[in-house]
Amino acid sequence: MAERRVKVESEVGLHARPAALFVQAAAKAPVDVTVAKAGGQPVNAKSILAVMGLDVRHGDDVVIAADGEGADAVLDELAEIAGNKEPSSA
Amino acid sequence: MPELRGTGVSPGVGVGPVLQPAGKVPEPPVGARHDGDMESAVAVALGALKAVADDLEARGRQAGGEAAGVLSAQALMAADPGLADDVRRRIGEGTAPARAVYDAFGAYRELLASAGEYMAARVADLDDIRDRTVARIEGLPMPGIPTSPEPFVLVARDLAPADTALLDPAQVLAFVTEEGGPTSHTAILARSMGVPAVVACPGATGLAPGTRVLVDGAAGVVVTDPSEDAVRRARGAAAARAAAAAGASGPGRTADGHPVPLLANIGGPRDVPAALEHGAEGVGLYRTEFLFLDRADPPTAKEQQDAYREVLDAFPTGKVVVRTLDAGADKPLGFLPPAGEEPNPALGERGLRMARAHPEVLQEQLAALATAGRETSARLQVMAPMVTDLADTRMFVAAAREAGLDSAGIMVEVPAAALRAGDLASASDFFSIGTNDLTQYVCAADRQVGALARLQSPWQPAVLDLIAATAEGAAAHSVDCGVCGEAGGDPVMACVLVGLGVTSLSMGAASIPLVRASLARHTRDQCVRAATAARSRVTAEEALAAARAE
Repeated sequence: MAERRVKVESEVGLHARPAALFVQAAAKAPVDVTVAKAGGQPVNAKSILAVMGLDVRHGDDVVIAADGEGADAVLDELAEIAGNKEPSSA
Repeated sequence: MPELRGTGVSPGVGVGPVLQPAGKVPEPPVGARHDGDMESAVAVALGALKAVADDLEARGRQAGGEAAGVLSAQALMAADPGLADDVRRRIGEGTAPARAVYDAFGAYRELLASAGEYMAARVADLDDIRDRTVARIEGLPMPGIPTSPEPFVLVARDLAPADTALLDPAQVLAFVTEEGGPTSHTAILARSMGVPAVVACPGATGLAPGTRVLVDGAAGVVVTDPSEDAVRRARGAAAARAAAAAGASGPGRTADGHPVPLLANIGGPRDVPAALEHGAEGVGLYRTEFLFLDRADPPTAKEQQDAYREVLDAFPTGKVVVRTLDAGADKPLGFLPPAGEEPNPALGERGLRMARAHPEVLQEQLAALATAGRETSARLQVMAPMVTDLADTRMFVAAAREAGLDSAGIMVEVPAAALRAGDLASASDFFSIGTNDLTQYVCAADRQVGALARLQSPWQPAVLDLIAATAEGAAAHSVDCGVCGEAGGDPVMACVLVGLGVTSLSMGAASIPLVRASLARHTRDQCVRAATAARSRVTAEEALAAARAE
């Protein structure tokens, strides 16, 4: 299981546009991906509703996890989006 | 040719087919079950969700701008895999597709509602997707304004800002509503779009979709299946009015040269071309709600600055008066915690009152205004809505000064402010009378209720008295007192307002030419006499007649 821990820098947290970009990128991944608030229960990163339900705020840490072929590339991309102050689509 | 009569609130003639927004999508019966063919049921439900997602995505791309973000976020929700799994599970337990969808959305509603603050607007988004999906499964019309291959006349019980946010102006030939009044959202929108509108029109919702109608926004008449002759006559009359309006030109002034600047009310940069076309000398009311409503995140500093700069740059030698955010109560902000249920939104925590609860929103807006103002030659003035007393006035002016703004005024729309105008004038740089809400509060008559049209008239002597009191209070402290309510756009009332001491008039751009022509035909003395005559009467009708006679 590969993991990344990232501090969410966007002012609106992992909501709205950053969340949409995050989930859209996760949805394209060939493997399952989860995301959790540091210390919390992981949820399906491909589900916008689940990600919104986490209610990740600006400054919170999240742990993104994936397993299998291509997991590292996916995690790199998602970590970049989550950690970006003003994410834009790749 | 059957005819419906209402209140004409935006001049012009529109002829075309009726289109009505669909009604609410009904909740599928609780406990509805399918016939046992689970696979088909799942296919129906998931197919509907996918169709909704695709449709939202397509409309988002078509709409562009901010609407695109809202719609594509909704599309993402409709395509949510967790939601699909939940629907599948419920159908597996025997629940019918529409009900399974309804219940699955219900579960997510709960999840979001408990997750915290900003979710209020997201719940509304979810409900919208749920309704669209159920509508697809049940073969019902989509909720909201339908898309149409050709332009149409939009007919509704009433229209709220949310209903019209995504409306394509090129598609609407005219508006007709059963409810509403001269200052309702429909009237204001129609005037700013330059589209004819008739409101408070009983029987409007009875017009069958597709019926060809003629809407005369000046006469307040809707004719079903009009003859070619009727259409020609109506268009001819509208053209004659337009010609009369074009007769006067130049800055607003009375016949004897007393200047009365004529400014435009705008809802955003897209209203600027019409304002310039009709000769607006500046902007007397720049409504800023468009930057804040119907979105999940607050506008960035850059977004705000760009929006303000765009309008300021269009009037390099004029003044632009920006009204700070007038939201809260029945216009909640998606990025703030949902306020408690309010029994009387018009009397609630809105406008400047909301700014006390969320000062950072006001501060950010003032800072963005100051930045935009520094970079332009236009004269930027800012004003606050829903100011009630001296404490409100001082708070706002202090906040504006701190942000670096040198001209801060207040809207006078609350009767308490009008009655104590002198006190408030000593603490602010200018007044702008919001006659729409002032009339509503003074006559205790809801702007949206068609049956109260008589009480919604600014000709009510009590309203004229308060306008006079406000102008006098302003004059005593040498501050300008403009009017930005729709009353200023009426050619007769415009003269009366000048006679009462109002120093400038701001209105929907389309109203400017006729007001300019009307002022140019009367001396200031005549305006004063008209005002005195109106105030000497005891009913609105008599006041109007007396003013006309002068």
